Amino acid sequence: MLEILIQLLPSVLLEGLILGFVYAMIALGYTMVYGVLELINFAHSEIFMAGAVAGAETFILLKGAIANPFLLLALAILIGGAVAAIVAILVERLAYRPLRKRGTTNRLVPLITAIGVSFFLQDLVRLIEGLWHNAFYRRYPSFAVFEATYNLPNWIGVLTIALTVWLGFWVLAYFGDWLIRLFAKKPRATGRTLSLVAAGLTLVFLFLYRHVVFADLGMTIQMKSILVIVVSLAMLYGLNWLVHKTKLGIAIRAVAQDAQTASLMGIDPDVIVSRTFLIGGFLGGVAGVLFGLLYTLVHPYVGFIPGIKAFTAAVLGGIGNITGAAVGGLVLGMLEMLGGTYLTFLTNGAMGTEYKDILAFMILIFILLFRPQGIIGQQLGEKV
Amino acid sequence: MKKALLALALAFGASALAQGNVIKIATVSPLSGEQAALGEMIKLGAQLAVEEAQPEFEKLGFKLELAPQDDQANPDVGVAVARRLVTDPEIVAIVGHLNTGVAIPSSEVYKDYQLAMVSPANTGPAVTDRCYLNVNRLVGRDDVQGPAGAEFAVKELGAKRIFIVHDKTTYGQGVAEQFKKKAEELGAQVVGFVGTEEKANFQALILQMKAKKPDFVYFGGIYHQAGVLLKQMRERGIKATFMGPDGLDSSKFVEIAGEAAKGAYYTTVAGPIEKYPKAKAMAEKFEKKFGKKPESFAIYAYDSANVVIKALKDFVAYAKRPPTRAELSMLIRQTTLEGVTGHVAFDYKGDRKKADYFVIHLKEAKYPGEVVKVISFPAPATKCEAIK
Amino acid sequence: MRKLRENPLLLSAVIAIVALVASFWLLNHPRSTLPFLLTLGALLAALLQPIPRWLKVLIGGAILLLVIPAAGFKNSFLFELGIQTGIYAAMALGLNVVVGLAGLLDLGYAAFFAVGAYTWAIFGSPQANEFMPWKIFPLPGEYFYLFMLVAVVVAAITGVVIGSPALRLKGDYLAIVTLGLGEVVRVLANNLDQPINITNGPQGITPIQRPPIDWFIALLDRFGLHLSRAEAYPLFFYLLVLVIIGIVTLVNVRLDRSRFGRAWIAIREDETAARAMGIPLFPTKLIAFATGASFSGAMGALFAAKQLYVSPESFTLIQSIMILVMVILGGMGSIPGAILGAATVTILNVDLLKSASDYLNDLRNAGFVLDLGFFKYNFANLPNQLEPAKYERMVFGLIMILMMIYRPEGIIPERRHVLEMKKEEA
Repeated sequence: MLEILIQLLPSVLLEGLILGFVYAMIALGYTMVYGVLELINFAHSEIFMAGAVAGAETFILLKGAIANPFLLLALAILIGGAVAAIVAILVERLAYRPLRKRGTTNRLVPLITAIGVSFFLQDLVRLIEGLWHNAFYRRYPSFAVFEATYNLPNWIGVLTIALTVWLGFWVLAYFGDWLIRLFAKKPRATGRTLSLVAAGLTLVFLFLYRHVVFADLGMTIQMKSILVIVVSLAMLYGLNWLVHKTKLGIAIRAVAQDAQTASLMGIDPDVIVSRTFLIGGFLGGVAGVLFGLLYTLVHPYVGFIPGIKAFTAAVLGGIGNITGAAVGGLVLGMLEMLGGTYLTFLTNGAMGTEYKDILAFMILIFILLFRPQGIIGQQLGEKV
Repeated sequence: MKKALLALALAFGASALAQGNVIKIATVSPLSGEQAALGEMIKLGAQLAVEEAQPEFEKLGFKLELAPQDDQANPDVGVAVARRLVTDPEIVAIVGHLNTGVAIPSSEVYKDYQLAMVSPANTGPAVTDRCYLNVNRLVGRDDVQGPAGAEFAVKELGAKRIFIVHDKTTYGQGVAEQFKKKAEELGAQVVGFVGTEEKANFQALILQMKAKKPDFVYFGGIYHQAGVLLKQMRERGIKATFMGPDGLDSSKFVEIAGEAAKGAYYTTVAGPIEKYPKAKAMAEKFEKKFGKKPESFAIYAYDSANVVIKALKDFVAYAKRPPTRAELSMLIRQTTLEGVTGHVAFDYKGDRKKADYFVIHLKEAKYPGEVVKVISFPAPATKCEAIK
Repeated sequence: MRKLRENPLLLSAVIAIVALVASFWLLNHPRSTLPFLLTLGALLAALLQPIPRWLKVLIGGAILLLVIPAAGFKNSFLFELGIQTGIYAAMALGLNVVVGLAGLLDLGYAAFFAVGAYTWAIFGSPQANEFMPWKIFPLPGEYFYLFMLVAVVVAAITGVVIGSPALRLKGDYLAIVTLGLGEVVRVLANNLDQPINITNGPQGITPIQRPPIDWFIALLDRFGLHLSRAEAYPLFFYLLVLVIIGIVTLVNVRLDRSRFGRAWIAIREDETAARAMGIPLFPTKLIAFATGASFSGAMGALFAAKQLYVSPESFTLIQSIMILVMVILGGMGSIPGAILGAATVTILNVDLLKSASDYLNDLRNAGFVLDLGFFKYNFANLPNQLEPAKYERMVFGLIMILMMIYRPEGIIPERRHVLEMKKEEA
């Protein structure tokens, strides 16, 4: 049993990482809108979906005309992102802005509107697709280049196992130290001691299970997964640069902090909010295209579950924080994959992979209850 | 605005007033969503039969119509549709459903009103094992289909380590369990038995397969999941032979799985048209009328509708009035038909007396595949505890 | 219009005449939609307009107890519609306590409905034999009434369990966490078929026992109405639902005016101020949550008995949203509003959208050609996907957006809102 778990660990974490990058890209949209408007933009999952469907249409329409798959993908990403951005701006213009202009104090009003928009968009896309093709499931075409599989060298897997095991032992050592201190008078162990102890135990572990760890771990990665990682890393860096180094970014942060004061400084909050939706929508749309490329089938209801998970990721990392969204996405992706794969083994089939969705919600609730500011992020006082 | 309202009012009023000598047969199958490709075939097959019979009924002074309904492959929607259908007195019989999990609760509703249901596609044993007088089916059963698949897998394909996935529906789980039982009996080892509703990301399952190293994977469910699962399995380098039940019997399966479909097997209760010489003329008509080839359950829906039509015609020609639902239900159970799928006759609980089962191999990634085995098998007997 | 409102006598006469005409029309055409809607409109007008109370009771009683049942015998779909409307109205009233009065956005309300439905479904069917040692199940139908109470308690407990973590969170987080927890209940119902088979998983539970109605049939016999069991059940459930709606409305009105009702509204309006006035926030919210849940639980048990079948599919997010739309449409915090919202949305969803679909379908099958001279369209070419019944999400979404933008207080605003508005004007 343990052998199987160890052997699978690197592959599980790798798949989790890929999934996590998808979540992270969607989470960026939630986090940006929340940062500026303090609104959970429920419709973001549908903006993501619009991107995914538009990407599929681009692929299908241009497949015959353009032979180079990379050029095709670039076009699909651009069009998917653009469509999603347009949808996001329209949603802001038509649904959210009238509410802001009226100045409702009731916090439920924008939230209910957002839910309404989300449901409306699902069926709107369904209607369009239905009238167009008389079917609303779209399949991303396959390309040999994207599906090419590469073997990863074994040392990466060994390193992953070693690091994970070390982390586990570190936590164990921390609690062990705490237990010892309950009964014996002894100063708290330093981080360095804990690390050394954990490292020692890890070496012992690796030695004991050398027949598993140093056997072929069979880690493989596909071109399209590599693309997902590259694109989302680029997006993360780009967004960080945009928010911290450009004029627009400064304006966004100013509006996020205090819209009224910002408008006194010559910033039009409406324009900034619109731009925020544009950026968040574009990122969501790109995520949608990559999601479709990874998992093949897209449809108008494809956004709901990834949307909720991405929101969880945003909260997990610390909502309103770009790095937080990325960290939250990766952590959630890996936890989900671990839960989905290992639960069946651990409970001997009694609890299936289906419980992985529950896992995400449980994480969300625990985080909100015990560390509402998320992994990264500082405690904010309630705005009154 | 006022004019529009008036038009609307007239429209609703008119549709309500247009009663009289109308007899309707309803089809209930998924017409939207992922399983629409299978559901659409049921609708079109029945539609063809009804349209062919319309002139004869006109001579008898009745208007025969088809009322196609969408159950969205969802038991809840199915029951809601059923509750609507039973209150419409013009509807005399149902041709449907596609999914066993939808058919069972819906037929509980039909039973209350003794509304006849003839199923062209449900394979779950429980559909007829409840011994309802109004429920019949034209296709085989999963307690034959599953074991037939297992026997083929173990004996002819040499499967030793089998990983079974199902879609957690009555149908998928049921056929997977039947497959598992037989495979274990024949000495194969079942290394995994997992249910999932996932539609996009099957990595967690595939990782489990990687650990268990199966040489054979069976999927109990419908093509939209099977296609994606198979594609992702091949992408991740799992080379085990893939097999599924009749839920995979659609050109969409190949479309979704792409090249990965090459080499897959499926068992089905609805044989390809070429296997039925009588179906050739019907297939030509079908293609001319609807612009696509009849697939999977289309010919069965055609025969199902024809069973209903035959019973109806016999009654109407004799009694000069439409039958009550109870009368029609009893009559359908007795009716025999030389249909395009062969001789149709029902046994005491509504199963077709002898049904065909096929094992099909997709040698190339092209639908339909090649029939590698045909088994004709009588419906297993069940003890009806109390005929209700 | 204004003249009408100023003259109560004329108003009463107009409403009574409309009610009479609509009733006769409905009795003669029980299968068409328009007279049915007109009858309901008359009923609504009678209940909402300022006319003498005896007339309200007369019109309301006549329509609900005589006209609709009489039409229902000719078209039993009316019963189905009435029962569903009643079930949803009771749930909307329950959600109204949570969202409308206490201002807590609960997006997982269908979870309690599921808990109630499964409470009776498991014990009122052979399902319980799967995990209980005594092979006495299904329990006979008489137990249904007991289990309605059990469902109330179980749902309230579930409400406390779900609410305890969730209600510590503020506004928008609460919404998404309840959404998540609602989904958790559905996933559990879907997966608790192993290791121990409690819910029978996605296959659902069927057939479920119904309360016995031999006494009811005998009673009707004495009045000269000879009904078969299949005919009597819809009428029985319809009357049962009417009774329950009466009770629930009464409870709601009492709650609204009680200490709790005022405390909830105080919390909704301003949490900080409410706390300053000495209202314990968390327990008060929890009570609102549990109260709402218990309404839903009772209706769940009734739903299971009526439907003969439950499966996790009946308790998805769209159900929760549908009930929320009812509350929003009617007016958050308003009791007549919740009932009106429930009736509107149910009829829209169960009847109008489906009728429109069937109608389009008829046109398509008949190959109807619309010819407006400059525009010609053959309905045979109408795509299959264009069926209004499948776009319930779009309809709900649109209602939510439009109501929030143009009339956030709902069709029948809560009386307190109205009073506040009037005060401002004065």
